[in-house]
Amino acid sequence: MAKTKVDLTWQELEIGAVVTSPGNASEYRTGDWRSLRPVWNRDRCVKCGICYIFCPDAAINETTEGWFEADLYYCKGCGICAHECPTLSIKMVEEEE
Amino acid sequence: MGNRIGLEVSLSAAEAVKMANVDCIAAYPITPQTHIVEHLSELVNDGHLDAEFIPVESEHSAMSVCAGVSAAGARVFTCTSSQGLALMNEIVHIVASMRLPIVTILANRSLSGPLSIWNDHTDVMSIRDCGWIQVFANNGQEVFDHVLFGFKVAENENVMLPLMIHIDGFILTHVIEPVEFWEKDQVEKYLPVFKPVHSLHPDKPVTMGAFGMPFIFSEAKVAQDEPLIQSKSVITAAWKELGDITGRYYKPVETYRNDDAETLFITQGSYGDTVSLVVDELREEGKSVGLVMDRLWRPFPFNEFRDAVKNADNLIIIDRAISYGGQGGPLAIELRSVMYGEKNQPAITNFICGLAGRDMTIKDFKNIYQRAMEKVKGITLEEDYEYYGVRGK
Ligand code: SF4
Ligand code: SF4
Repeated sequence: MAKTKVDLTWQELEIGAVVTSPGNASEYRTGDWRSLRPVWNRDRCVKCGICYIFCPDAAINETTEGWFEADLYYCKGCGICAHECPTLSIKMVEEEE
Repeated sequence: MGNRIGLEVSLSAAEAVKMANVDCIAAYPITPQTHIVEHLSELVNDGHLDAEFIPVESEHSAMSVCAGVSAAGARVFTCTSSQGLALMNEIVHIVASMRLPIVTILANRSLSGPLSIWNDHTDVMSIRDCGWIQVFANNGQEVFDHVLFGFKVAENENVMLPLMIHIDGFILTHVIEPVEFWEKDQVEKYLPVFKPVHSLHPDKPVTMGAFGMPFIFSEAKVAQDEPLIQSKSVITAAWKELGDITGRYYKPVETYRNDDAETLFITQGSYGDTVSLVVDELREEGKSVGLVMDRLWRPFPFNEFRDAVKNADNLIIIDRAISYGGQGGPLAIELRSVMYGEKNQPAITNFICGLAGRDMTIKDFKNIYQRAMEKVKGITLEEDYEYYGVRGK
């Protein structure tokens, strides 16, 4: 895309602000909302994948070795993963830390 | 032209909707709009109109159905009144931002409370800023013509906005008037088949009514306001074409004996017809009086209005709604602002009258004229506005 959505002028919007390209919610950076960031402790993690399943933004990816980590472009810092993790492997830390 | 028929205005409005060949009507009955939807349901039931009639459970649903139908690319009509409009309010605003060319008749009735079913413009003014094109029709013929006009303008590819026709409840809806019907071929020529710019279809999926984050919301609002402002040229062209077919030429601001008048009454809706008689009587008494009727309410015709009142010293603005705690009726507030900074600013007096169907006769308007003259001569205190005929005031 030549122009990002943030640069669109009012003239460039479709009539009724209709969105004509399906699936473009993936361009939306929900990571901007975050004030807390999930940090994984691999010493405790049992690779059960519960965090992956519960993340409401599908922001958690599985690595080739079977660990899990958040894509910070999308992770909005809700803390659900940390809440659901049965082994308390995820800690929410302040963004500044 | 077709036949001239004596018919209740509500029924002729429904017949005009039939002639517009709508695909769907979604409506909930409410006084004084009832006869319009009742007649439409009969037309559909009896096979005179090939359309879906969706009897919804509320006005909120009525406008929601209209949104869906219009988004699917079909022509849709609804009508309501007062509390019904209040209940559909949420969707009224949304369909404007979605640019869905829904046509609605609002049978003007006072907003409760106290509970009332009678006519004034408090419901009109409650949605002044909803982003629809809004026109007043002043008699049965105008209602008929403006249904066809409404779809033509709303569905114009450069407009694509919902359009509301204001008609006075009871004063028009329940009155039998002669109405000249159009011929079928005239309608077909005037009103082309609706071609939506975007529509919901699996072959070309789109998202309508998506949310707008702060970074895009203002742009989306300008993209909504600009076409409303620009729609005026489409509106005047549609009136011109209508005039060429019917011989009835409508204007954004209608005038009567205004050119040389020192004092002008300013009205909206069916009061214009009454006040035109007042003007004649006052003229016979040697008074220099005229009348200016605002037909197009949104987009507001600034230049036409200023031009219509440019020779007048006094404007008597008749309001049929209240802006509680404000500077008068909504029309007066608007027009004071329109005239602000003009070279020859007229003295503006404002009367709020005829609320909830209280009769306003020729004598009442003459009283208002008298009172306005006292005010501009400084005989009585100049206030921003006055409630006419209220006991104890
Ligand atoms: S904090 Fe919320 S959004 Fe971020 S990875 Fe965990 S569950 Fe997903
Ligand atoms: S829920 Fe906890 S233990 Fe399970 S994969 Fe995620 S971090 Fe590891």
